[in-house]
Amino acid sequence: MAKLVPGRQADLHLPRSLIERGVGSVLFMCAALSVAVTIGIILTLLLETIGFFQHVSFKEFFLDTEWTPLFSNRHFGIWPLVAGTALTSFLAMITSIPLGLTAAIYLSEYASERIRKVLKPVLEVLAGIPTVVYGYFALTFVTPLLQRVIPDLAGFNALSPGIVMGIMITPIVASLSEDAIYSVPLSLREGAFALGGSKLRTIFRVVIPTAFSGIAASFILGMSRAVGETMIVTIAAGQQPRLTLDPRVPIETMTAYIVQVSLGDTPHGTIEYRTIFAVGMLLFLMTLIFNLIAHFLKKRFIRGVL
Amino acid sequence: MKEDHRDSLEFDFSGIRPEEAIISTKDLHAWFHNNLVLKGISLSIARGKVTAIIGPSGCGKSTFIRTLNRMHELVPGARLRGHVFFDGQDIYSPGVNPIMVRRKIGMVFQKPNPFPMMSIKQNVVSGFLLQGIRTDQIDEKVEYYLRLAALWDEVKDDLGKPASSLSGGQQQRLCIARALAIEPSVLLMDEPCSALDPIATAKIEDLIHSLRGRYTIVIVTHNMQQAARVADYTAFFYLGKVIEYNRTEILFKNPAKSHTEDYITGRFG
Repeated sequence: MAKLVPGRQADLHLPRSLIERGVGSVLFMCAALSVAVTIGIILTLLLETIGFFQHVSFKEFFLDTEWTPLFSNRHFGIWPLVAGTALTSFLAMITSIPLGLTAAIYLSEYASERIRKVLKPVLEVLAGIPTVVYGYFALTFVTPLLQRVIPDLAGFNALSPGIVMGIMITPIVASLSEDAIYSVPLSLREGAFALGGSKLRTIFRVVIPTAFSGIAASFILGMSRAVGETMIVTIAAGQQPRLTLDPRVPIETMTAYIVQVSLGDTPHGTIEYRTIFAVGMLLFLMTLIFNLIAHFLKKRFIRGVL
Repeated sequence: MKEDHRDSLEFDFSGIRPEEAIISTKDLHAWFHNNLVLKGISLSIARGKVTAIIGPSGCGKSTFIRTLNRMHELVPGARLRGHVFFDGQDIYSPGVNPIMVRRKIGMVFQKPNPFPMMSIKQNVVSGFLLQGIRTDQIDEKVEYYLRLAALWDEVKDDLGKPASSLSGGQQQRLCIARALAIEPSVLLMDEPCSALDPIATAKIEDLIHSLRGRYTIVIVTHNMQQAARVADYTAFFYLGKVIEYNRTEILFKNPAKSHTEDYITGRFG
């Protein structure tokens, strides 16, 4: 034990070691690098997109209804790709919202602590399956299955990848919704029970409305995943840009188009090549907006509860 | 109640006759997991009166009132043995639906807990919504119960605003209005003022005075002055047992037990 020596001043000056100071700068550089890379990607996207729009007018991009940049008769209307993305994403959402929300309610309100501890990690493992596996699952299993029910379903279609994408997103929706539902304070549930509310009414009248913006945020993040999802739709939806909302026929999504051009022999620097940056930019903006909405909703949820 | 076991127990000096009691507990034990928090409580609550439960933290006073409307069992690991008679019926006998018990025995909590996604008006009638009861004359009911809870004049122009826009004291009175709107016979209050400032506390105490007679009120408080101000009867709990139960003025002025005296004079607690 240190003895207090009278008359001697304690030395409060310990020079910060070089390592101590070095760690800070190294960590800062790592953080800065990732920001720099992101900025670099956005800049590339932006520059190539500007290059694209020097050849193709905004008017053609947003008003033409055909997308055929790789054919001799070139059209640059983005809507067929947007329609493909919207259709598959919509199908994914109507699959994942009911599944995910039901799972979230079960996990948070009904499952015992033990079941919850097992099921939640399992659900999250589901989110870790490579999407290429889901893609082949859609093409070789779900499509033939659906063709028995819907005879005129094409081999490549929007329905099957849409549903499979929904299954892929369900864990995200379930997990994030469950976080939101679980974090509704116990005091509100007790308040509802003390008013003679049944469990089901407590859940639907108090818990879910309170968690609503958090739940909505999970839907939108799932949506953002669906819009950006590439492998499943590339494998199972076909490569035919088509302005349709018919889920039975082959279509092409924005992401699948980017894959098609990236993998093909389109020469760099050509206008055909630049289309993927314009499409990529639009995709980026769409998911950015979704993520911002989700972020805003989550913040509102946190403020609403506290 | 079939038997009067008051005479055999030396803690109860309240003189509440069986026919005056709306609630009476008999040999009530409660656990959280293996932790015994109530060690055989036998107590009668007088109809239309205000009863205060006092005692140091951890004495089981909150657990006790939560057993009176079957809220105790909602906590994981909670167990119970014994009887709680409400109007002569054991609320723990098989076949009794806890939801029906809670409709007759309402509760207000320590921290105001209005439903944040509902407006002030919706909060007042939330009990009907939660019970699935269709109700008419909603505006009249909202006004009636907000007046009863002494909140109407402060909020009558803001009924559509979210409940979270109110101050803590107003939120607590809104919770009281909400609890009264389902017309319970008993209102349990679990330290309703512990999160409030003195002015808000005074308003809640005035409200308790105005409700006396129409409702039976059981209030848990760690504020002895509050118990002395609002309650007709006071029970002093310590380590899961009732040490003394008497008319409030006698318990505070002339306690029968040295333990009670030590607590109310601040020698421990």
